[in-house]
Amino acid sequence: MNVEAQTVNLSVAQVKEMFLYVGKQIIENKPLLTEVDSAIGDGDHGIGMSVGFSKAEEDLSQKECKSINDIFKTIGMSMINSMGGASGVIFGTLFTGGVKKLDAKETLDLQLMADIFEKSLEAIKTRGKASLGDKTMIDALEPAVEGLKESADKPVSLLEGLKNAEEKAAEGVESSKEYVAKFGRAKSLGERAIGHQDAGATTIWIIFKSMREWLEGSAANE
Amino acid sequence: MKKVINKPESVAQETIEGFMYAYKNSHKKLENVNGITRKDLKDKVAVVIGGGSGHEPLFLGFVGEGLADGVALGNVFAAPTPNTIQEVAKAADSGKGVLFIYGNYAGDVLNFDMAVEMLEMEDVDSRTVRVSDDVASAPVERKEDRRGIAGDVFVIKIAGAAAEKGKSLDEVFEVTQKACDQTYSIGVALSPGTIPDSGEPTFTLADDEMELGMGIHGEPGMERTKIMKADKLVDRLMDTLLKESNVREGDEVSVLVNGLGSTTLMELFIANRRVARVLEEKGVNVYDMDVNSYCTTQEMGGFSITLLKLDDELKELHDATANSPYYKK
Repeated sequence: MNVEAQTVNLSVAQVKEMFLYVGKQIIENKPLLTEVDSAIGDGDHGIGMSVGFSKAEEDLSQKECKSINDIFKTIGMSMINSMGGASGVIFGTLFTGGVKKLDAKETLDLQLMADIFEKSLEAIKTRGKASLGDKTMIDALEPAVEGLKESADKPVSLLEGLKNAEEKAAEGVESSKEYVAKFGRAKSLGERAIGHQDAGATTIWIIFKSMREWLEGSAANE
Repeated sequence: MKKVINKPESVAQETIEGFMYAYKNSHKKLENVNGITRKDLKDKVAVVIGGGSGHEPLFLGFVGEGLADGVALGNVFAAPTPNTIQEVAKAADSGKGVLFIYGNYAGDVLNFDMAVEMLEMEDVDSRTVRVSDDVASAPVERKEDRRGIAGDVFVIKIAGAAAEKGKSLDEVFEVTQKACDQTYSIGVALSPGTIPDSGEPTFTLADDEMELGMGIHGEPGMERTKIMKADKLVDRLMDTLLKESNVREGDEVSVLVNGLGSTTLMELFIANRRVARVLEEKGVNVYDMDVNSYCTTQEMGGFSITLLKLDDELKELHDATANSPYYKK
């Protein structure tokens, strides 16, 4: 195991760059998300996510973030205040929920990432009243969080941890195809929703995939 | 589908800007958010409505005397943001509290609930009524799961009238919730609408098909069938509507036949003719009928039928004066 990789700590500036990259990837994947959502929803998930991440990019570039907490909170509030729809509150909570009442942190390591997303997951479940298997973004987020936690316990490098989370999220997206929707526009589809993946879960997978890509890219540049 | 738009992401904002040029004498746009209030706000309970854009004239066109005092608008088919709702509520509140009315959709519930939490911290009192009139979306045992469709119109009308009479927040809430509980709708889709951004239809239906009970965002309904003649179609819809509602022989109702966007007034009148005759046959008294397109889904083809079961209190509020750009009484 690479000892250096184990101790990777991302600075505030690096975390900001990472999420700017994540936002770009989400915006680029707008057509995919629209297509996935159109199958069982009303097709606006990609548009909403793209609006949210564009606003997050704008706010992040204007704001001086002093801590990891600031970054997460800025992204979350940008989404809540710009997107609307269920995704605005839910994906906003993905970022605000994990840093609520958390002491200001200036570095992000695998353990902290696992802690933050674990708290976000709980906050989202409380707000949205959904659980695993309801064909929502939780179907990808919960396994991804499990992946982060397992990796942090071992421990492995941040990159390994993100790879693990990405893989688990992808499996979650796959599993979401088998579920009947309990929320949103797809709810009334009943059995007819089976066979289609959830759009929110797909976005979660892209978020973890993009974090992994950014980390790989930045590691290669160093 | 060909659309008169500029940038897809600016649709909601430009809709409001265009509306404001037309109604600047009676309406006021709030800064920085997609929210509008009446200009002549009164010292009374404020009625605040909201939802996604794309259903015009709902919700935008229902701000005025005897109706809503403010409206919070989201992007196309998406709930408004909590800060938009919060700003509209604060602007409309005279200190007597705010009644929120919106269609029962996950996104709207989440955003309005979050706005309510934020308002509590600023000592703004509020109550909420979630319109859930679509009988096709869940059985009556799960009324809390039913979607809100054209029934919004009746519920907003009753709330606006009650607030205008100077009732307290609790009283306005009570009667509005009663109206909501007594409002039942069912719709049918003949052709899809399109989301301006993608230009793609939200669902597909063959030329000879229709979907009974379909939702206003293209949510699937109860059954896809071959196209029927108007009378037979209305008979099918009324059959389900009466079965799923508590409207019975001897009851008195107000009726709304609402077009979804591309169905013409001619077709709506043809449908309304049959609705009136079915109700007559069933011994249900029709107090009032409104044939219009209030709650639309872009150019979706089809219509919905809504019944508001009246009692003396609701009847009085139903008849009260109302005046907004797209609704008059």
